[in-house]
Amino acid sequence: MRLSWWKILCMVQLLTLAVVGIVGGVPAKPIINESIRNLYFHVSMWFAMMILFTVALVNAVKYLRTGKLKYDIYAVEYTNAGIVFCILGLVTGMIWANYTWGKPWSNDPKQTGAAIALLIYLAYLVLRGSLTDIDKRARVSAVYGIFAFFMLIPTLWVIPRLLESLHPGGMGNPAFNTKDADVRMRVVFWPLAVPGWTLLGVWITTLRIRIRILEEKKLQHA
Amino acid sequence: MKKIIALLRKDLLLEFRQQYSLYGILLYVASTVFVLYLAMGQPEDHVWNGLFWMIQLFICVNGVAKSFLQENRGRMLYYYSLSGARDFMLSKLLFNTLLMALLSVLCWLLFGLLLGNPVSNGWRFLGISIFGGFGLSLVFTFLSAIAARAQQNAAMMAILGFPLIITQLLMLMKLSNTAFSQVVQDSLLQMILLLAALDAGVVVLALILFPFLWKD
Repeated sequence: MRLSWWKILCMVQLLTLAVVGIVGGVPAKPIINESIRNLYFHVSMWFAMMILFTVALVNAVKYLRTGKLKYDIYAVEYTNAGIVFCILGLVTGMIWANYTWGKPWSNDPKQTGAAIALLIYLAYLVLRGSLTDIDKRARVSAVYGIFAFFMLIPTLWVIPRLLESLHPGGMGNPAFNTKDADVRMRVVFWPLAVPGWTLLGVWITTLRIRIRILEEKKLQHA
Repeated sequence: MKKIIALLRKDLLLEFRQQYSLYGILLYVASTVFVLYLAMGQPEDHVWNGLFWMIQLFICVNGVAKSFLQENRGRMLYYYSLSGARDFMLSKLLFNTLLMALLSVLCWLLFGLLLGNPVSNGWRFLGISIFGGFGLSLVFTFLSAIAARAQQNAAMMAILGFPLIITQLLMLMKLSNTAFSQVVQDSLLQMILLLAALDAGVVVLALILFPFLWKD
């Protein structure tokens, strides 16, 4: 079994999170009650998604600068992992909303923003699917990926700050209200939850990248 | 600069000579609004505003899409040898914003004629619709350059464009809603600045990224 240190770290973090997240102490708040524990899952999955999409963006830029096909594979696989975390973030958010807001979907600006992000990146995959030439596909999808990331910034980072919403952290912070979580939660959230989910995303991605590269080699030798 | 003007002139001339495409898009605007009138009659302010921007979106997709889709490979190569990729993109952006401004005005006139005119601050609404058309045409010009590279171009434009444009469209609807009353909101300037910054970003990105699309 070949395991790098960060893979072991990822496993330890997520296993600890599973235990501490359920039994650890949390502040008692009205309405939100024990569901505040979802912070460890829902919010940190969005962090992971944003990090994965940013890495995909960097690889798309690298591809355009160097023209090496390996960066294209990196970019698309990081995007795929980002999409998985986007779906997870949406679903965990809807479950949370079902208990705190009364229904899973209430057309909140932050919910629509997340749905738009999902649509944009699914369109990226459709665009890739429609191109057959490998170099052309890599170049066109890198261009769209960069453009889409830029267009996503106002959707996810600017608009939520301007509009009123049910989601915590209405004016100021788009993700969550920093005052809601106390020290007990913060020592779990920052060192365990955020890096844990991000590392899991990277782990999945590296595995898929290795498979893709092997497939490419097989094609070359066939 | 000279090249850009030359390319822009070429696009304008082409539009005047091959009048069918210009008339085609004008007729598209007219018939869409007419169908809308038959379906909706004269709707309330809120619905009117929403419909107006949806129609703007569809006009933009159809009017702007052909800018790259109409150019065949041989002609692209010819332009490439004459001028750089950036000049070409810039001239296309300019041409499409002009076209979209014309279509926005026409769309507004037809809406006023057929669906009634609930707007109380006409000049402000006109300004917002031209400004909004400007932003829409910038985004869709660049997307048509991408879609021209893919198969099933027309469908690709919608798939790629609609999710990207939702945010901008929602902001424009909010912005133009202010023209229905005489009250001036504080957030008006903030929204306009945000949209202008977004437009500027789209232009810069289009100019940086287009040379990569061009190569084949």
